[in-house]
Amino acid sequence: MKHFLNTDDMTREDLESLLDLSEEFVEVLDRTIPKVPALRGKTVAMLFFEPSTRTRLSFERAAKALSADTMSFSPSTSSLSKGESLKDTALTIKAMGADALVVRHKSTGAQWRIADWTGLPVLNAGDGAHQHPTQALLDALTIRQHFGTLDGLRIAIVGDIRHSRVARSDISTFSALGAEVTLVAPSTLLPVDLEGWPVKVAGSIDDVLDVDVIYLLRIQAERGGASVFPSLPEYVSRFGMTRERFGRLQENAIVMHPGPMNRGVEIAPEVADHPRARILEQVSNGVAVRMAVLFRLLGGEVHDD
Amino acid sequence: MIETLFANGKIVTPDGVIDGDVLVEDGLITDIGANLKTSGEIVDCAGSLIGPGLVDIHVHFREPGQEWKEDIGSGSAAAAAGGFTAVVAMPNTEPAIDAGHLARFVSDRGREEGLVEVVSAGAVTMGREGTKLAHLDELWAAGVRIFSDDGDSVADAGLLRRAMEYLAEIGGVVAQHPEDRGLTRGGHMHEGTVSSRLGMAGLPALAEETVVARDLALVRLTGVRYHVQHVSTSGTLELVSRAKDEGLPVTAEVTPHHLMLDHREVQRMNPDVKMYPPLRQPADIEAIRKGLVEGTIDVVATDHAPHAAHEKDVPFEDAPRGIIGLETAAAVVNTAVGLQPVEFFQRMSVGPARIGGLDDQGRWLEPGGRAHLVVFDPSSPWTPETFASRAENSPFVGRPLQGRVVATMYDGRLTFRDGKVQR
Repeated sequence: MKHFLNTDDMTREDLESLLDLSEEFVEVLDRTIPKVPALRGKTVAMLFFEPSTRTRLSFERAAKALSADTMSFSPSTSSLSKGESLKDTALTIKAMGADALVVRHKSTGAQWRIADWTGLPVLNAGDGAHQHPTQALLDALTIRQHFGTLDGLRIAIVGDIRHSRVARSDISTFSALGAEVTLVAPSTLLPVDLEGWPVKVAGSIDDVLDVDVIYLLRIQAERGGASVFPSLPEYVSRFGMTRERFGRLQENAIVMHPGPMNRGVEIAPEVADHPRARILEQVSNGVAVRMAVLFRLLGGEVHDD
Repeated sequence: MIETLFANGKIVTPDGVIDGDVLVEDGLITDIGANLKTSGEIVDCAGSLIGPGLVDIHVHFREPGQEWKEDIGSGSAAAAAGGFTAVVAMPNTEPAIDAGHLARFVSDRGREEGLVEVVSAGAVTMGREGTKLAHLDELWAAGVRIFSDDGDSVADAGLLRRAMEYLAEIGGVVAQHPEDRGLTRGGHMHEGTVSSRLGMAGLPALAEETVVARDLALVRLTGVRYHVQHVSTSGTLELVSRAKDEGLPVTAEVTPHHLMLDHREVQRMNPDVKMYPPLRQPADIEAIRKGLVEGTIDVVATDHAPHAAHEKDVPFEDAPRGIIGLETAAAVVNTAVGLQPVEFFQRMSVGPARIGGLDDQGRWLEPGGRAHLVVFDPSSPWTPETFASRAENSPFVGRPLQGRVVATMYDGRLTFRDGKVQR
């Protein structure tokens, strides 16, 4: 594996093997000293051209748990604000000795360009509304831990799918692993053309309360201002995971959210704090999954100290 | 006396293709026939078509104001290399060409370079800002025949109506870049299956069609000559076809790239396939090709839009729109559509010259005519690699094409020969 950019072209075997490896790192992270020397001497650079807390900290924690060194970059204090091009920034960081780049960028495909320019292994930590492949892996891992498999599960993804890189990566990953995916959103928040997508579509969250997994996406309040739905209360009435709706879910069903949450909008506070909301498990699994991907790209050997 | 003999070619005439030679003396075609003799230079035209120099009524030469992308010198060189003897430069320069002296500056600079006739289009509104009419009379007096705020539509229907009324009186052509910004806001590519997958906002086909539909109503009212720039959708084609059936004074152009490439090209997310209107669906391409063959689309125009390498060496969404096209136009059209020789020159020389009011250009070759001509070998395979343009933002680099310009003559002088621009 040279880069980790996209879930669309990954096979079930690729995904399962990464999930299996992630489980090994879950076990590592459970130890008294949660660290292995697998990537000692390697340097991972974090290039987050878009503000991020959780993904960036998760990647840093993952790299350090593998004993890699990390370098960080933040757009507000960088030479980008002095007009440096993305290409020059990437080449500069390569010249400092980075072995791999973890990149988040608001523009679709920026990671593909950076991979071309630098020749370094690139991990996509989110590009535009296109892909966020490690999120999909950690989501799949969380579901697999609860149900044992994704095969035959019914998963509903609810919310702003049109602008969501999480949804795009999740859909191909869940479906490659055998789950049946239903998208739930007002048409203004669905992708314009779903031809060829392995999904069904529902017009209200009430239509999908019998699924195994409800995956809620963050609703950005400013979208209301851009007139993609009339108001937040109207959104909640059709698509919000209220306490009442939560009570109608199957007994074993789980609720997921990629964070950050808007309590009281897409998810009621009581639901967010319920044990069958797996949101914090998702966050924990994120570290293990990112360890697995870093390990695959930088090719170390797993051994104990 | 300077003589040039174009020998053993296939001379394209409105009545068909004839084998023979064309003799040029002192800027004029003096003889067409078999086995002509000369003491001057001989251009071997075996296997090639000889026709009137190509005319492009839609180029961006970036001068004045953005000479790092292209200037009238490098743009003229690109035109000569592409077989063109006349171009109409769009007015979205800095400043915009909204007054007579600016239009004169452009044509004067073209004459100074001497490789191709350069005429400026004029802006419809001051500064292309869409709020106030440009100096239309002055522009007309300076030789402007095509008026366009290209890059933007004239969105205000009331203002456009006044421009149309005014230009109908003096005889100008209103050329519209049809794009409703309310529908394309945030978009970078065609809105459809590929944009949905990539998570990019799109430019829907109807953003083009709604503007054309509205404009046609205004054409019906004002009677102005109206030209649709870069038709990219089957819906626009349908509107143009119906307007023509109705007898409205409407013409339309298509770019070479919209005849060959579709939106799946954007899957690689390479900025060299970013332009507006965007690459559309395969079904649109099919419709547009047919429209060009049948003549619903009157002409090919390149929308040659140079950008510096560093400006395009960024992620797709951050890249400026536009690709160069002058040097690959003939080959791309020939590869994508395979027009008969007469139709090829009708769409790429005669037709554009008439729309652009370029009296001296786009004339079928005959003794006594000005010597603007091109030698084009339609069967020669060619893979573009380098350009005479200052820019190289072309999606056709490395793409095998069929057809190659052998030589270009502008006003009796060879401007392109042996793969080189002749300054």
